[in-house]
Order: sequence, then structure tokens, then C-alpha cells
Amino acid sequence: MSERSDITLTINGQAHAIRVEPRRTLVDAIREDCGQTGTHIGCEHGVCGACTVLVDGAPVRSCLMFAVQAEGKQIRTVEGLATGDELNALQRAFMEHHGLQCGFCTPGFLMLVTGVLEREPDITDDELTDVLSSNLCRCTGYQNIVKAVRAVAGEMRQRRTAQA
Amino acid sequence: MAPSTAKPKTKYVGRSLTRLEDRPLLTGRGRFAADISFAGQLHMRVVRSNFAHGKLRAIDADAALALPGVHAVWTAADVADIPPIDFRLSRIEGLEPYRQRLFASGWVRYVGEPVAAVFADDPYLAEDAAELVTLDVEELPAILHAAAEPGEFEPGRSTEPAIVRKGYGDVDSAFRAAHAVVAATLAIGRHSGVPLETRGAIARYDAARDVLELHGAAKVPHWNRDQIAKMLGRPASSVHLYEGHVGGGFGIRGEIYPEDVLVCAAALRMQRPVKWIEDRREHLIAANHSRQQQHHVRAATDSDGRILALEDEIFYDQGAYMRTHAATVPDLAAAMLPGPYRIPAYRANAHIRLTNKTPCGTYRAPGRFESTFVRERLMDAIAAKLGLDPVEVRRRNLIASHEMPYERPLDTLGTHIILDSGDYAGLLDKALAAVEWARLRETLAARKAAGELVGAGVALFVEKSGLGPFDQVKIDVDADGMVEVISGAASVGQGMETVIAQICADALGVNYRKIRVTHGQTDRIEKGMGAFASRVTVMTGEATRIAATALRAKAIEVASEMLQTSADLLDVVEGEVVRIDAASGPSVELGAIARALSPDSPLRHGRAPGLSAEGWFHSNHMNYPYGVHIAVTKIDKDTGAVDIERYLVAYDVGKAVNPMLIEGQIVGGCAQGIGGTLLEEFLYDERGEPLSVTFADYLMPTVRGMPTVDVLISEDAPSPLNPMGLKGAGEGGANAVGAAIAAAVDDALGAHGAVTELPITPQRLRRLIRRVSDH
Repeated sequence: MSERSDITLTINGQAHAIRVEPRRTLVDAIREDCGQTGTHIGCEHGVCGACTVLVDGAPVRSCLMFAVQAEGKQIRTVEGLATGDELNALQRAFMEHHGLQCGFCTPGFLMLVTGVLEREPDITDDELTDVLSSNLCRCTGYQNIVKAVRAVAGEMRQRRTAQA
Repeated sequence: MAPSTAKPKTKYVGRSLTRLEDRPLLTGRGRFAADISFAGQLHMRVVRSNFAHGKLRAIDADAALALPGVHAVWTAADVADIPPIDFRLSRIEGLEPYRQRLFASGWVRYVGEPVAAVFADDPYLAEDAAELVTLDVEELPAILHAAAEPGEFEPGRSTEPAIVRKGYGDVDSAFRAAHAVVAATLAIGRHSGVPLETRGAIARYDAARDVLELHGAAKVPHWNRDQIAKMLGRPASSVHLYEGHVGGGFGIRGEIYPEDVLVCAAALRMQRPVKWIEDRREHLIAANHSRQQQHHVRAATDSDGRILALEDEIFYDQGAYMRTHAATVPDLAAAMLPGPYRIPAYRANAHIRLTNKTPCGTYRAPGRFESTFVRERLMDAIAAKLGLDPVEVRRRNLIASHEMPYERPLDTLGTHIILDSGDYAGLLDKALAAVEWARLRETLAARKAAGELVGAGVALFVEKSGLGPFDQVKIDVDADGMVEVISGAASVGQGMETVIAQICADALGVNYRKIRVTHGQTDRIEKGMGAFASRVTVMTGEATRIAATALRAKAIEVASEMLQTSADLLDVVEGEVVRIDAASGPSVELGAIARALSPDSPLRHGRAPGLSAEGWFHSNHMNYPYGVHIAVTKIDKDTGAVDIERYLVAYDVGKAVNPMLIEGQIVGGCAQGIGGTLLEEFLYDERGEPLSVTFADYLMPTVRGMPTVDVLISEDAPSPLNPMGLKGAGEGGANAVGAAIAAAVDDALGAHGAVTELPITPQRLRRLIRRVSDH
């Protein structure tokens, strides 16, 4: 067991001062040390994407990153999506299109899509299919996840066209 | 009492309403097993056998125990007083000696078998310590093939504990008199539910109340409570199980496994909460596998392709031990094999065989994914042999709607099989029309002529749902008018809260969003059957309707006094008792009625206190939904990949409570079926070492691999076994995928009966392509 070090993780704008071993994964730190259990652990080897969070805006598998590597970076998790009781557009779309069943993979999909649509607002449906293929869902067969995401991406595109 | 206007009565059943479950799951406020922690908890890490088969001579835990923060290392000797895990379903003679104990003792029989457990202050530390525990194992040859000659489980015990035999009629005479005999040897690979949330169990003993709590329960909390109490020698009333959010069930989660009992025993003895969360590698080698079977099937037919008799010799690979499902999977495979067809004589022998692999249990459409593949492959083979159209052969053999209810002289899950209702030919017609079958065939023929490897396949199936024998529901309205439905069913993510609320909403007369559905909490209701066998909508749904109907009558009776109006002029609408004969007038809210029935209320007039009611629904028979799958596939000659261009599932559910959720079940099941048909397989090397231990080896469908699945829900055949006509929808999406895609691949290859084995991996398909082009 190695020395623990003091670090500060900034999650959804809030600073969490924690003491961790160098080997502690970011997802364990987010869940166990910072108490944000909305981020889930599905495989611990970077395949399923259930633990996806945004680190400085980029979707990251938090099971493949050490907590110490995230110090000084902006971490966003599913807990930061809604405003008070109000779901954001993506969350609402998942509900309306029945894009979740057990809900275990849902936070990972929400954060993956949030990161991608922020960085590539003009992403095509086909490219979205590739992006969404990086996470696993075992309940929905993906059909309704795709519908929800396309609906939100389409709304965003329309809004931008209207503004342009 | 406020004046009100008569509102149009809103109906909730039959509508695609959004789910009650979604909000916490979308905002990160769910409570899955790993999210539960208690102050002072210990973490358990299981040491597992790294040998498939061997004599376990010694375990050395000294180095692990020497680590600071490690509290104990348990082995079989520490739990010798705890009996093996018993059977929940399908107990048959001869299986008992093959049940699994909490830890291996004397022998290890699969890689992943629990051998010891470390209890430590921290999960990282527990894992470090577990790696220091060393096993002295004398390796023995691994038994890996269920269809080979049986070996030895232990001295004097064969690896074939039992044969499940089903049948009726004079099979031998039918074969002697047959115009044609068609035979096939078919195999289904080993795969499983693999929910995205791994298993987890957190036990806590409260000495003040002498209560043992187990959190992280799923599927069958009441049965598990009773078993854990029995295994630990405690009264059931002192054990409570709590279901939180459940990250997918699919049959495998929620059965009692050694780890569940271990955390309970440890919490009792160590007097500290004990938490165990499975990692993914453990899940892939320790949680139930399923499906692996080999079938030697034969049909006797007349010259028109009508089946005279069916015979099947099944070799079922159970893995190393008999788990809670006992003979369930082979029993269902043998009992459901006849499907939607008239089979005058039938014989199936299912050999239960133990191998040195992970033990098996049920997985969505257990026994039916397998037997539908077998039966429908055989139907295609009959068509090929007699030169008939595959759809026509099926049509000639279908049980007609006027023959319903159709008694099949077979039983399964302790019930006689009586196909309760169905218009199989009608649904086949609808499915073919939906894909424009004739035109589709022409288009495919033209593409084939142009050199493409494209083809289509059709498969039919009968599902089963609504397993009894009972369900109990309690409904209570509190003084604020909030309705709570308490049930012993369980949620595995399927949306049962919403469905039960919709049924209650209509029967009682309240908005479904005003209903709280409580489930999986053994301290809230005495009895519960849980969630399996597509039973919840049928059994819990009908018990809910009965309870809500009784509660409504009670509310109206009291309101009739309060409003001084005859009861037959009153209705409950959106939580208020109102007059039906006037657009406006006095009304009373359910909360006010509940207050009038409080124990100290003068308005109670000797009635039992509380606005509450109980409903029991008993059913001795399952009911039988049915469906049709149609697949269109294109094969890539070079890579051996199968592209599913089109997929349709037509499914008759009797009565659809929430079509959106049924569609979700069907598409989700279909994805799992596609996984088992094209990708998923637990492979072992010749020493029994598992090769599929990560998601990089065990491949599941992603968005890219999923076709658009068209779903056609029909309500042509309501079940006569419950007043709403409900049938279950959990398993029909998975059932016939292997069968339909195999037929489509055969068609694309232009080779009848080419696909004999699932999954159709690229390697296998390339072998088939080479074989076909060599001819």
C-alpha cells in the first residue's frame, strides 16, 4: 500500500478535498470519497462506458483514469445535468422516448452524449451511431436511446439554424 | 367537501405513458447495490478457484491474515454448519447431492468457484489480501463436453444426475409409418444475461432488534429471505431483504448465490456490516451461465409435411453444480419444444450433465430460445426435404384458433400446459403482411441473382407467462390521499412500477402518477413471489386490480354516507368520489375518506380502520403469448459478418397495458437474442480455463450492431385466465432470434440446414461459406 496524497476534485463546480492512494481510480474517488454515486461501474476495464464522466469537457472512462490525474480539472457527472428539479433536454428526451429501463448504463450514456454534442454540435446521425456504440446497454436494444439522442441533436441543430 | 365538475374519466391502461421510475435514474439518484454503504462496514473479497477441476488439498491464508486491516479469512471449515443452497424451482429426484455449498470443500469444480473469502476494512485491501491466499490443488482432467460419456462428480456419483423425460403418444409407430423422417443435430452456445450492474450484497445485523438485513436483493426477495433464514437457523421474521434499484436481471440476478449467504453469516458473526460487490471478471465466471445444449432431433412427417411425431435427445450442460433452478432449463426446453404446432406424438429426453464450467441457471426465455432454434430449424429441414415452402409447412402444422384452449399432455414449472388462447395463423399473416413477404422474396431473389448473399427467415414460437401460484397486493390510501400499492413482486428495470400504477389507476380512479408502488421489501408485506417467468404484469397486475376494486368499493360506500348519496350514483375520478349524474355537485377526496376511517374517527361506524384493501390472485396455470420473428440478413463473404438488414417481431400479448414498455421489452430482448445468435459465447480452453472474462472477449451488441427492430404488438388473443386478458411480454423478443437469423443465413447461403450451431460467429460462418462454395 502506498502513500496517500491530498488532492482536490472539482465535480460539477464543487470542490472535494480528499486523500487517496495513487492507484485509486477516478470513479472510486467520485463515488466513495466524494459521495456522488450517480456514476456507475460496469466493467472496470474501459469497455462498457457506464462510468463515463466529462473531464474538461471530454468524455472519459473514469474507471481507466486515476483520481490524482483529475486534480485541477473540471469533472462533470450526471448529478450536474438537471437544474434543481428540472430535467435538461437530454434527460427529458430519454424519459419521453423510453431510452432507459434499469437505468444503470444511463448516466454513462447521458454524459457521453452531453460531451459529444457540446464538442460536435453538427455531428451527423451516422457519426452519432458510432459514438453511441462506445457504450453498452443491456436492456433497451439501443433503439430508444438513439431516438432520444437524435431528437435532442435535431432540436439543437434547428435552434442554431433559426439563430443563424 | 368542495364542489366539482364531473370530469371525463381518464383511462391509463393501454397507453404509452412515461415511467414513474425514470426521474431518479436520470439524475444520478438511483440506489443500486454498490451505492449502499453502512458505517463501519467490512468488505468481502472472494478467493476463487483457478483450476477447473482438482482435489483441494490446502489453503494458505497466513500472508493475507498478516496484512493490517484484514479481519478474517474464511474457508469451508468456517461455514461447515451452513447447508448447501437449495432449489427454488423444478426440484427433481437425484439432484440434491449436486447442490453448491458456500465454499469448495475437498474438490474444486470450476474456475471461479468460491474457495475462501477475505474480510477487510477496505475493498482495495481485501483484493490485495485475496491475492495472497494460495491454493494447493492437485489438478484433475476437466470434463467439458456435456454430450460425451458421463464422468465422475465424486466417487460413486456420475456427472449425469438425472434425465428429464417428457412425452405422449405412440412415437415409434409414427416413425415407422412416416412418409419422411427428418433429423438434425443442433447446438446452442453458452451465454448469459450479463446485466450491466454486477451482483452485490450488503448485510447488516442489528443486535438491538435482533434483525438481519440484506440489501441489494433482487428478483425473489421473499423466497431468498426464507432460505437465508433457514440456512442460518433464524426465524424468517428476523430476516429482512431490501431491493434497491436493480441494474438488469434477465433471470440470472437475484437467485441465491454463495456470496449472498456469506455476507449474512459474516455480518452476524463479526457484528459489523459486510459489503460485497462483484467485479466484472467475477461476474463472467461466477454468476449463472445459461443456454448451452445439444439436440439430436427427429421428425416423422406425412407427404404433405404434416408432423406425425417429434423426438429429441437433449444434452444440457449445467456446469459444475445444480443451482437454484434445478431442472428448470432442460424441463422448459423439453416441454416447450412443440411450440405452436400440432404434434400427435412426442418424446424428449433431456440429459442433465455436469461439467467443469460455471454453473447454469435461467436466462430470458430459458429453454425456449434453445428449443425454438431447434424446432424451427427442423421445420425448415422438413420444408427442404419435401420441397415445400418453409412458411407453408409451418402453416400446415399450426394449431388452429378454434382448437383453443389446447391441452398439451405435458407439464412444466409444476403446471399442465394448456395453451389458453391464440390465433397463430392470424399473427403469421399479419407479420408477413407487415414485411410485404412476397415482394420481399422477389427483391431478395433479384439481389441474389446479382451476386449478393442475402436471405430471409421466419420463425414462430409460443411463450409462457404469468406463473402463479399466487400474488398478494395491499393498497393503502393515506390521510393526504396518496395511494401506495405494496407488492411482493420485484423490479428488474422492466417498468413494473408504472404498469402496476396504470392498472391501479384505472381500477381505483386515480392518476397513475399519484401512486407509489412499493416492491421487494420483505418487511412491508408477508408474501411475495418476485419477478420471473414474465409473471409480474399478469399476477401482480391482477392482484392489484382486485385490491383496487375492493378499495374503490370501500371508498364509495363511506363516501355515500358522507355525501348522503346512493352509492350507485358515485364514481371515483382522479382521486375524488363524485356524482356520475351531475356535471357538478359535492365530492369527497380519497384522503378525506381515509381520515373518516381513521381509528378515532366518529364517521368510521365500526368499520375496520383505514382506507385500505388487499387483493389475492391465484392461478394454477400459465398463459401462453406467442409470436413471429422475421429476419433479413446479408452476409459478407470475406469477413463472415452477418448484417441484419431488417428485423420484425410480431407478438400477441393479450392486452397491452403500456405498449411503449412492451416494445421496449421486445427490442431489448431481441438485442440479447442477437447477441446470443451472432456474438456472445463463454469459451473454455481444454483445461477448462475460461477465455471470456472481459467485455473485450465476451462481445455484446452495440448500437452499430443493432438493426431497427419493427415491433407489431397484437391483442387478438386475450388470456381467459384473468379478466383483463393479460399475458407477459418479457421474453418474446429474445425467443426466436436464433431461429429466424439461422434461417435467413441459410437462405443467404443458398444452403438448407447449413447453420447447426449458435452463435454464428464470423469464424463459423466463413467455414460454412467455404463448405458451401466447395460443393
